[in-house]
Amino acid sequence: MAITVKLPTQLRETVGGVASLQAEGATVGEALESVFASHGELRDRLYQDGDLRRFVNVYLGGEDIRFLDGLKTALPEGAELTILPAVAGGC
Amino acid sequence: MAAKQLKCRECGTEYPLEARYVCSKCFGPLEVGYDHEHITDVSEMRRRIQGGPQNIWRYHDFLPLEGPQPRTRTGLPAGCTPLIRADRLAERLGLGEVWVKNDAANPTHSFKDRVVSVAATRARELGFDTLACASTGNLANSVAAHGAALGMASYVLIPADLEEQKVLATGVYGTNLVKVRGNYDDVNRLCTELSGDRENWAFVNINMRPYYAEGSKTVSYEIAEQLGWEIPDRVVVPIASGSLFTKIGKGFQEFIDVGLIDGDVPIMNGAQATGCSPVAAAFRDGQDFCRPVKPHTIAKSLAIGNPADGPYALDLARATAGSIDSVNDQEIRAGIRLLAETTGVFTETAGGVTTAVLQKLAETGAIGSDERVVIVITGEGLKTLDAVRHSFMDYEVDPTIESFEQAFAGAVQV
Ligand SMILES: Cc1ncc(COP(=O)(O)O)c(C=O)c1O
Ligand SMILES: [Zn+2]
Repeated sequence: MAITVKLPTQLRETVGGVASLQAEGATVGEALESVFASHGELRDRLYQDGDLRRFVNVYLGGEDIRFLDGLKTALPEGAELTILPAVAGGC
Repeated sequence: MAAKQLKCRECGTEYPLEARYVCSKCFGPLEVGYDHEHITDVSEMRRRIQGGPQNIWRYHDFLPLEGPQPRTRTGLPAGCTPLIRADRLAERLGLGEVWVKNDAANPTHSFKDRVVSVAATRARELGFDTLACASTGNLANSVAAHGAALGMASYVLIPADLEEQKVLATGVYGTNLVKVRGNYDDVNRLCTELSGDRENWAFVNINMRPYYAEGSKTVSYEIAEQLGWEIPDRVVVPIASGSLFTKIGKGFQEFIDVGLIDGDVPIMNGAQATGCSPVAAAFRDGQDFCRPVKPHTIAKSLAIGNPADGPYALDLARATAGSIDSVNDQEIRAGIRLLAETTGVFTETAGGVTTAVLQKLAETGAIGSDERVVIVITGEGLKTLDAVRHSFMDYEVDPTIESFEQAFAGAVQV
């Protein structure tokens, strides 16, 4: 399934300046794995001990995947994932 | 300047002092690091502070600004708010000594003026001409006002369902006010995305966050100075993102490290609303990270479901033998009334949370009778009037003595 992964500015340098990448997979975890297959450097930036780093947020349709099924969250065809740093905010 | 670099709290990687907030290696938050080696004469430093202006710029040596001490009679100087001894509150709660740090007494009536003053001043040093923020209201007021005072354009993004008082007290300054259909965490996500593309905007709580956060240290500097260069035993502080809470700890630690005060960082008690208590829940469950939640509480100024500094707030509470507790909406309303009736200070819902948590700690016996306790009241009651509507009775009379006497004869004495 074709998935779009939108990258935050902090990661764009690593992938040659592009703002998004195409991915394949039925779940968030699979889609990220397919991205790592072509951009291995990203794995270390996003993952620690096989899971998302605690200061990395991934959103599906505006919803934090931690409210869904985490990395196991199923992806519809054409889904768009957005990766953002978690350390922003203070109201 | 005493500030030397930005440093990742997670992996220690260092970066120059620019508009940057995330470690590009591990996504951890960046924090300002200082070199205070040059402070060797403590009494000279105390005199220097005491001879400074009546606002946060008296602590210029401990803030991340390059230029000279900002001019005091321009901009919107914050801080130097009253520290009030609250004997009637202490007595009501059976405590020994309670003080109220009343940060509603800032230019836009919340502690946010401290963080925005630092962020906006640093933003100008770095060449930005536009301020922006994601806010639940208090930050919105402060960013809009600082933009007006400093002659910078501003964009303020808020959840569409914010209290009317906070919306009006933002729009009046002539900002670009954007109501986002969603909760604070949605607004914050949108702003985080926007900040990647709007490189000439200084988002005070995103790309300027390391500087913004430093402003909160001035709360502890002032408390120590106002107590005659002493450290209180315990401090109660409200938590949304956890930035204020952790920086109050850092502020005491820095003054201890340079020798301006003696002793240990106070016992740190964090206060959250039960309807949005990811940090209190993690504390209770012995976790070292916070599970994000969807907020449902009248304390909208504390309604961050995904708190950026949650892990560090947990560390600080545990390291100081403190705790992070939560109180429900009813307790929050009662907390506002308790503070108002015993001190004459009318606070917003966030202050109701703080006062109610103090009450809870007092009732459970967590506070020793010989302790000196400071509660940090961060915002103004006039901004959340709905929280006290119908919370008391009043009398309506004709303008005659008879009517007046009749009203009171029939009334239950309170
Ligand atoms: C009145 C008030 N008190 C406390 C806080 C908590 O601040 P922090 O996000 O630094 O935890 C906020 C806003 O976030 C606030 O508006
Ligand atoms: Zn790092």
